[in-house]
Amino acid sequence: MSIRHHLDEATLLSYAAGSMSQAMALVTACHLVMCSQCRTRAQQSEAIGGALLDSLIPASVNDDALASVLAAIDAQDETVQIRSVKPPSQRPSVKSDVPAPLADYIGESFDDVEWKRIVPGVYYFDLPCQSGGVSRLLRIAPGKAMLPHSHDGNELTLVLRGSFTDEIGRFAAGDIADLDDQIEHQPLVDSAEDCICLVATDAPLKFTTLLGRLVQPMTGF
Amino acid sequence: MESKPPGDDVEKVVTINRDQSASREWTRLLAQFAETRDKAEYVQLFRHFAPKVKGYIVRLGLTDATAEELMQETMLAVWNKAHLYNPSKAAASTWIFTLARNQSIDWMRRQKYPEYELEDWHVGEDEGDAGEQSVLSDRMAGAIKTLPENQAQVIHMSFFEGRSHQEIADRIGIPLGSVKSRLRLAADKLKTIWRAEV
Repeated sequence: MSIRHHLDEATLLSYAAGSMSQAMALVTACHLVMCSQCRTRAQQSEAIGGALLDSLIPASVNDDALASVLAAIDAQDETVQIRSVKPPSQRPSVKSDVPAPLADYIGESFDDVEWKRIVPGVYYFDLPCQSGGVSRLLRIAPGKAMLPHSHDGNELTLVLRGSFTDEIGRFAAGDIADLDDQIEHQPLVDSAEDCICLVATDAPLKFTTLLGRLVQPMTGF
Repeated sequence: MESKPPGDDVEKVVTINRDQSASREWTRLLAQFAETRDKAEYVQLFRHFAPKVKGYIVRLGLTDATAEELMQETMLAVWNKAHLYNPSKAAASTWIFTLARNQSIDWMRRQKYPEYELEDWHVGEDEGDAGEQSVLSDRMAGAIKTLPENQAQVIHMSFFEGRSHQEIADRIGIPLGSVKSRLRLAADKLKTIWRAEV
């Protein structure tokens, strides 16, 4: 997979710190599964966390903390042994184009998603994410456009199938558009098949057309 | 001219050397424990990391009792997931940091933090030298100390207070774009250590 659009350094840092919304973290993790280049950068960002952990003044732990944990280890040992018999690489390999972090939410196939129609050719499905922000799957037919919009906060759009073009460039499977409030854009699907994207924001979108403003309350974005 | 008391420099050098070998030692010990699952080795890891993990969770703003509980969960995860630890990808402190982060977020959100390594942590692409990550970890600690105040501030607010870009912007009264550019500048500077000679 040749990926041309990557994560912003500031986004990677927030992911590593655990300081972004669940919705944004989900999209970030999905891109990381698909992109070895960003994966290396994410590991470097997490090393910042490791160095900060090292530099912390130790807090005092309960006197019986070690004993409690050792007791918990003894109590569970048998089941854990059984679980770790199977080497991790023996996991059934997923043939679908649903990245593993997303499969925790929707299963292994986009066909099983209960798509809801916004307008002809444009479908969505909202993922249950705690802690603010919105995470949504979009399925858009060839030649159709997403509504033009801008946003108050950050927006991540990861292409999972098909492709689209907007003011910034062309985005195909694996590419991520990592945008902030400076940008207003209108993605147009240019693939022969439906384009499926995973979108997350950390604040509501602002639609810039009348139709958008009418649709907004209905779709929740 | 004598400008410093004799021995002052020696002591500094000794401290630095001890710190540098420490990170390497902990990384080596965790990798070794992953193979042996030796309880005595685990106890050493626990005594070193448990108080730091708890310190981190307390700084996230959780109560002492919750921090204690999450620290114990994290250290239990060290035992249970050690076979997934890959010393060529992360220093011991980095790996344990990610476990503590995930435990804390899972608890606060009642939802699993989306992970990218999942079970495949061990089946890597480029396998680096196992000693390399701990050397880098030491350099990182040094590099963090050299950040300008306004960059160190946004790094600390992200890692220790768990604040989003927008929350940081609201809190220190600067535009969202400025928060992001400060974080970018800080990350670029810290990550130059990977481009330096090891």
